[in-house]
Amino acid sequence: MTQAAPGLAWNPMIADAMLPARYRVDAIRRELTGVFTLALVPVDGGDALTFAPGQYNMLYQFGVGEVPISLSGDPACPRPLVHTIRAVGTVTNALQHLASGHMVGLRGPFGTHWPAEAAQGADLVIMAGGIGLAPLRPLIYQVLANRKRYGAVCIFYGARTPDEILYRDELEQWRSRFDLTVEVTVDRAGPDWLGRVGVVTRLLAAKGFSPPDTIACLCGPEIMMRYAVLALRDQGVGPERIYVSLERNMQCGLGFCGHCQFGASFVCRDGPVFRFDGIAKRFDIREI
Amino acid sequence: MPDTLLISTEALQGLLDALIAKGYQPVGPRLERGAIVYETLSAASDLPRGYLDEQGGGHYRLSKADPSSPETAGIFRYAVGPQSWKGFLFPSRQSLWRARRTETGFAFEPETDDAPAYAFLGARPCELAAMRIQDRVFQEGPYVDRGYAERRARAFVVAVNCTRAGGTCFCASMGTGPRAEDGFDLCLTELLDADDHAFLVEIGSASGRALMELVRHRTATPEEIERGRRAITDAAEQMGRRMPPDAAAILASNPEHPRWDQVAQRCLSCANCTLVCPTCFCSRVEDTTSLDGVEAARHRQWDSCFTLDFSYIHGGPVRRETAARYRHWITHKLSTWHAQFGTSGCTGCGRCITWCPVGIDITEEVAAIQATERAEPLGDE
Amino acid sequence: MTQIEGLERLLAEHPFFRDMSQRARDLIAGCAANRVFHDGERLLREGDQADVFYLVRHGAVAVEVQAPGRKPLVLETLGDGEVLGWSWLVPPYRVQFDGRAVGLVRALAMDAKCLRGKCAKDPALGYEFLSHFVGVMAERLTAARLQMLDIYGHPGDYMEMSQGLTGEDSAPAKPSPTGG
Repeated sequence: MTQAAPGLAWNPMIADAMLPARYRVDAIRRELTGVFTLALVPVDGGDALTFAPGQYNMLYQFGVGEVPISLSGDPACPRPLVHTIRAVGTVTNALQHLASGHMVGLRGPFGTHWPAEAAQGADLVIMAGGIGLAPLRPLIYQVLANRKRYGAVCIFYGARTPDEILYRDELEQWRSRFDLTVEVTVDRAGPDWLGRVGVVTRLLAAKGFSPPDTIACLCGPEIMMRYAVLALRDQGVGPERIYVSLERNMQCGLGFCGHCQFGASFVCRDGPVFRFDGIAKRFDIREI
Repeated sequence: MPDTLLISTEALQGLLDALIAKGYQPVGPRLERGAIVYETLSAASDLPRGYLDEQGGGHYRLSKADPSSPETAGIFRYAVGPQSWKGFLFPSRQSLWRARRTETGFAFEPETDDAPAYAFLGARPCELAAMRIQDRVFQEGPYVDRGYAERRARAFVVAVNCTRAGGTCFCASMGTGPRAEDGFDLCLTELLDADDHAFLVEIGSASGRALMELVRHRTATPEEIERGRRAITDAAEQMGRRMPPDAAAILASNPEHPRWDQVAQRCLSCANCTLVCPTCFCSRVEDTTSLDGVEAARHRQWDSCFTLDFSYIHGGPVRRETAARYRHWITHKLSTWHAQFGTSGCTGCGRCITWCPVGIDITEEVAAIQATERAEPLGDE
Repeated sequence: MTQIEGLERLLAEHPFFRDMSQRARDLIAGCAANRVFHDGERLLREGDQADVFYLVRHGAVAVEVQAPGRKPLVLETLGDGEVLGWSWLVPPYRVQFDGRAVGLVRALAMDAKCLRGKCAKDPALGYEFLSHFVGVMAERLTAARLQMLDIYGHPGDYMEMSQGLTGEDSAPAKPSPTGG
C-alpha cells in the first residue's frame, strides 16, 4: 500500500542489521585441540560494543560464511571482544587459521543474557559441560566483580577428559578462592587424574548452595542440561529459577531466517538463554 | 469523487497507462506455462481472458470458459495461481551485500536495491492479508528488513475482490476474504453477466484517488454496488473447505498425535507448500566468493522447513523425521505464528493444498487431529 | 559396646543409611568396622571375593579397571557419603572393579558375609537393604550411560551432539564455494 511516492528515499532509521562491521584479530589463543579463542578489536572505530553475559555475535570469515559465537570475555572490558570457538565446520575451521592482524566481520551482540541482576541476593549454581563453559565465563567474571551481591556461588564443570578442560588455569584460580565452590569432573581419566570422574550432574550432590534460594545457569549439550534440570528439581530448585542456553541453527540473529525456531521462540532473538519454566513443555517434545 | 466508481473493461488500459505515467511498473496475472502467474504487464491485453481454474488437492488445470457463457469475457474469474506477490516484496534470491579484498583485509559494499515501484494489479483479499502478515514479520518487529520495507512502501496495490471461489479456497473461514476490507489503494470487483462487463472501483487511499483522476470513470449506482456485493457473497458460499476456528489450540495441544506419522507417510518433504505459501518467510544465507577469492557476496534466498538442512546444527538436523517437519510447518503456520506475530500465518488461499503433489490438505489435517482428540480425550476426565 | 555405639552414630549420619529404619541400622551396626586407607591403597580389587563393601565417609575412591598394556582407566570417583561396591549382593559375589584410595580415605567397611546372612534370615531387612542398593545401582547405571554417550565429544566421534552455542557451525558444510 502506498505510503509515499515512488522513489522514496532510503530511511536512515532502519539499520541494516545483516551488514557486519569489520574487526581485526588482536590475539588468537589455542585453548585445546580444535578449540581456540579470538580477541577482536573494531577496525572502523565507533562506540565500544557492550554486551551482557550469555549474548553472542555472528562472526564472518571472508567468503566462507558466518557463525554464531558466544562472547566469552569480561563484559566490563569489551575491548577486545573475546570469543572461544570450537572448530567443527567450514567457518569455524577457517576461523581457526586466522592470525593476529587478520580481519573478520562481526554483527551483534544478539540474544538474551544470563540473569546476573535477577540472581543478586541468591545462591548461584553455574553448571557447564565441555565448551559450554565459554558462554558462562562472562557471567562468572561479572559475579566475581560483584561477589558481595551474591550468596554462595558454585561452579560445576564437566569435561570429557582432563585434557579437555577448558580455561583450566582460571578454574584452578577460582577453585583457590574461599568464596567459590568449584567442582570439576571428567567422563574418563587415567590414574594420574586426582579429580573426580563421573557425570557432571552428580556434582550437584556436593551441595554448598541452598536450593530454594538458588538460581541455576546451565550451558552444555542438551542431554546434559536435561538431566541437570531433573537433578536440580530433585534438589528443590524450581524451574523458574533455572536458566539454560540453547543451540539451534541461526543464520540471521534477527528472527527473520526462521531456522532457529524452537516452538514459538526464535532462539536467536528470544534466546539463547531461556528461563526453564517458559520452555519446560517444549523441552520434552522430540524434534520440535 | 465518491468512494465507489465504475469503469469499463476498456478503462483497464487507462488504469495501466495511469500507473505507468505515475512511475509504477504494473505487475499482474498473465497466462504462462499453463498457469496464471504474476508478471510485468505492458497492456491490458496481457491479462488472461475467459480462463477458469480448476483446483483440488494436488490438482490445478486452466480451462477456457464456454464461448457461449459470459465467463468467456471474464478477466479475474480464476482464483489464485501458484505465485503470490511475496516474490516481489521478498524476492526468492537477493543480494545482501558484497565484500572485496583490500590490502589490509576486506571492505563491505552494501547492496543497493534497484527494484522498481511496483503496481500490483489483481491482488486478492487473501493476498492482501498475506502482505499484512509479512509486514508483521519484516517491518513491525524489533528489526526491520530494509529491502522489504522499501519495496512495500513504494508499491501501489490494485486489489480484486473474488467473485468465484477456487476449489481449494477457505479464506472465508480465516476471515481474510473473499472481500477486501482494506490494505489497497484501489479495489476492483468484476461485474460480469450476459450483456454487461465492467468493474466497480473502491478507493482505498489518497494515492488511489489521485490515480483515478487519470482514469475514465463514473459513479457506481447502488444497484451496481449491490451486484458486486452479491457476486462476492456467491464466492464465499462456493467454498468447500473451512479451517476449524480453534486450529491454534488444537495444534498446540497435540504435538504427539499419531496423525503426524500418518501424514508423514504421504508427505514427500518436497517444500512445495512453503514455496507457494504467500506468508512463509524462512530464508537461508549463502556466502560465496569469486574464483580468484577477491570478491565475496552474501545472498539470502528462500528456504523451507521441509528440508533436512533447515534445522541442521553441526552433527545433524534437529528435525530428522518428516513427521516432525510437517508438524513444525503446520504448527508454526496456524499456532506459534500467533505468539510470534499476533496473527495466524494462514490466509486460506489454498495454495498449499493445490500444489501439494500428494494433495495433503491443511484443513483436513487440523480437522483430523480435532476429531480424534474428541474421540479419545487425553487423560481420565 | 562403646565402639558399636560410635558406629551406630556414624551409620545414622551416613546419607545412605540416614533414611533407613532404626531397626535396620541396629542390625547392621554389628557388621561395620571403621577403616582408614592411604593414598593408592586398594579398598577393593577386581576378582576378589566380594565379602566387603564400603561407606565412604571422607575422601575419594577411584573405581577403575586394569587392562594389560595400558594405564588403568578410572570409570568414576566416589566421594563423601557414597557407597563403594555392590557385587556382594549378586552371586557369585566377585568384585568387578578396583577401588583405589585417592588421598586419605576414611570409610566404614561392612562385612558383607555377615550382612548376607542377616538379610537371608530377615526378609524385611533384606528388602529394605536391597531397595536402597537398587537405587544406588540405578543411579550408577544412568550415570554410566550418560558417560557412554560422550556428550562433550567431537561431533561424529560417537554421538552427533554438541555443547552450547559456542563454536558451533550452524550450517552444514557444503562442497562448493558456498560457506557453511
